[in-house]
Amino acid sequence: MADSAIGSGHADIGTRRDFLELVAWSSAAVGAGCLALPLIDSMNPSADVLALSSTEVDISGIDEGMAITVTWRGSPVFVRHRTGAEIEEAEGVDMGALRDPQTDESRVIDPKWLVVSGVCTHLGCVPVGNKPSENRGEFGGWFCPCHGSQFDTSGRIRKGPAPTNLPVPEYAFTSETSIKIG
Amino acid sequence: MSASHEKPVFKNGMVRWVDDRLPVVTVMYNAIGPGHPTPKNLSYWWNFGSLAGLMLGLQIITGIVLAMHYNPSAAEAFNSVEHIMRDVNFGWFLRYAHANGASMFFIVVYIHIFRGLYYGSYKSPRELLWMLGVVILLCMMATAFMGYVLPWGQMSFWGAKVITGLFGAIPLVGEPLQIWLLGGFAPDNASLNRFFSLHFLLPFVIAAVIILHIWALHIPGSSNPTGVEVKSESDTVPFHPYYTAKDGFGLGVFLILYCLMLFFLPNALGHPDNYIPANPMSTPAHIVPEWYFWPFYAILRAFTADFFFIPAKLMGVLAMFSAILVWFFLPWLDNSPVRSGNYRPLFRKFFWFGLLPCVLVLGYCGGAPAEEPFVMISQIATAYYFLHFLVILPIVSSVEKPEPLPYSITESVLGSDDKATLASGN
Amino acid sequence: MAIQTMKTALLAFGLTVGLASGVGLASGPALAAGEEVDLINEHFHHEGPFGAFDKAAVQRGYQVFTTVCASCHGAKYLAFRNLGEIGYTEDQIKAMASQYTVTDGPNDDGEMFDRPAIASDYFPSPYPNEKAARAANGGAYPPDLSLITKAREHGTDYVYSLMVGYEEAPADVTIGEGMYYNAYFAGHQIGMPQPLYGDDVTYQDGSSSDIHQEAHDVVSFLHWLAEPKLEERKRTGIKAMIFLVIFSGIFYAYKRRVWADLH
Repeated sequence: MADSAIGSGHADIGTRRDFLELVAWSSAAVGAGCLALPLIDSMNPSADVLALSSTEVDISGIDEGMAITVTWRGSPVFVRHRTGAEIEEAEGVDMGALRDPQTDESRVIDPKWLVVSGVCTHLGCVPVGNKPSENRGEFGGWFCPCHGSQFDTSGRIRKGPAPTNLPVPEYAFTSETSIKIG
Repeated sequence: MSASHEKPVFKNGMVRWVDDRLPVVTVMYNAIGPGHPTPKNLSYWWNFGSLAGLMLGLQIITGIVLAMHYNPSAAEAFNSVEHIMRDVNFGWFLRYAHANGASMFFIVVYIHIFRGLYYGSYKSPRELLWMLGVVILLCMMATAFMGYVLPWGQMSFWGAKVITGLFGAIPLVGEPLQIWLLGGFAPDNASLNRFFSLHFLLPFVIAAVIILHIWALHIPGSSNPTGVEVKSESDTVPFHPYYTAKDGFGLGVFLILYCLMLFFLPNALGHPDNYIPANPMSTPAHIVPEWYFWPFYAILRAFTADFFFIPAKLMGVLAMFSAILVWFFLPWLDNSPVRSGNYRPLFRKFFWFGLLPCVLVLGYCGGAPAEEPFVMISQIATAYYFLHFLVILPIVSSVEKPEPLPYSITESVLGSDDKATLASGN
Repeated sequence: MAIQTMKTALLAFGLTVGLASGVGLASGPALAAGEEVDLINEHFHHEGPFGAFDKAAVQRGYQVFTTVCASCHGAKYLAFRNLGEIGYTEDQIKAMASQYTVTDGPNDDGEMFDRPAIASDYFPSPYPNEKAARAANGGAYPPDLSLITKAREHGTDYVYSLMVGYEEAPADVTIGEGMYYNAYFAGHQIGMPQPLYGDDVTYQDGSSSDIHQEAHDVVSFLHWLAEPKLEERKRTGIKAMIFLVIFSGIFYAYKRRVWADLH
């Protein structure tokens, strides 16, 4: 196409023909583009996958100090019932001491409940520390066994290679004892 | 031959840099660009080659994306197709485009073949070109058959059973061969998985044979409606822009027909039974292959009685395959020196009033139930089909007196050619 | 030359159309393989190149389906979330779904448990498997209705005709035990008792619920269920046609221009 101007050997290439040529091949390109769009879009999540993108969690069975892991969009999410001491600790941290400064207030809806992604922001391992018997690291939150990142009781990064805090997924309380994630 | 393969000079420095090291641009330039001299009198019948190539491309593209969502297990295949139709973004478009695309591909290829049959495109020096085309058709048929099995509906299942059953007709090795083809005693997971694998592979084999087909085309160049070979440069025009523009217009008209089917009659060429999941315990009342197999299916069913020591079943299978294999011998069955049907009065009559109606009638009978009068009509049409190629063509080509040919393509277009006047010594 | 070109173009077009109509014609005998019965030609809103679903009829049809059909027939590709496409709101869908029970699990104790359905669940089938369905229906299998209008020749007219086709058997026909006479069923003997009599449901929108209306509505619903992307397909199709007509026109002009210096 780009070479069409050379080699054709016709001296009488008129401007009308040049214009039509441009319009014709442009419309072919537009058509090819229109065809490509549905092909590309078909690789996005399908309707049934999107329909499962929210999860209802019953939190009535979680004792104080414990956390559970639920599956949301194929990855783990931690739901932790924090003790009074843990809440105090999370709220009392000096912002200057944080790698990724966020107040505890901005990370919870009800301070008793912490909902964070269970995927370490370093390289994607699942940190341990849901049960008090597990290694929760120096800051009482979670400890990532892969490369030693340590999170506090608000899920914020305090030590180790992870660059950011454990993200808080979008969620809402649908009743006193259940939350809907997503 | 005026196919001047001199190296084009490209203005763009980047293009020149690449082309000096790997001459892909030159190859394209000489294959479908201005460097490919093409007879200037090609009619719209010559559009169908490029359309066929385009259809293969579209089928491969939609097929690859469909394969990302399809699940080739007997338990999940049907569900995954419905998943594509209901939940995948534009999945309905992909599937209808692919299913109707198969039909459109065959329409285009059949027209392409009948153009070749009428204009004698199979004659020297294009015999290999023609035979490669027959190989492409055979690969297409295998691909289409296996593709139809994939949705795992009733027609898929029973089609797989019946077609593999054809191989069971072969003496001695038939039954073990059929079991080997299916990987079991009836179509199941093993069959479905291998059909999926081969359905994915074969289109690329077809693409490779098409490259050979086009290569073989570029040695003598395109045939043309007069059948007179190119004599001088004035008989030709560069492929681009003359035929790219013409092919573009033909493509638009073709896509309008294709889209009419795809968007407004997507199931018209399919069969309702294939929306019923495969059930090995119950055969649909009336099983037929897809329409593009109907002429061959009619030939298969035309053999109802044993022929001496050959059982009817085997005869049908042999006849069906021979109906295509006979095309391999066509360049030698028809040895008239004149190519184009336009200058062959007798050949032309047998083409329009013999072969073409014969194939259409066979197609009609192949889609009809296996009962009278269709069986008898298929038998008559089958007899004519083989007579046409094996007896009529050889006789016609020796007794026929062809009409006078134009001296050159230019003469046929303009009514006169200066060089013709010179050559005849006037 | 121009005339010749036109002639060949016409020929090409003629052959394509001829082939296509040959295919259409040839499907004639294929259809007629069963018994010859002229189906009732009912008009549906979704027919034609611009036809869209009549959402009110589809909603009423859903009511008929859940009240009458669903006691024996499944619709396994229907997810409650799909009902949004026929005009129900998210809250309505949640409420409708919660009336059904689905089995989920295993839970932390390894047990399967029942819970109310949510929007992402699929419509529960009345029987756990085909054998159970046959056992409960005297050996006849009530097919899943998800694709029924596409799985029969002239599916929408066929199902409609079947719904209104129950009659007293003619005197010369003996009806087998547990069978019913239907004018439109192949062989006229059907294992399904007459499902619709009229007034089987009370329509929420106050429409008349005579048998013809109910049959019309349930078929509208079933066709939506079989081909939920019908409207999107036709809308896309019209855009594609407009583009292609313009595309062909441009290329025709370009082609004429390119060839002009030769003629």
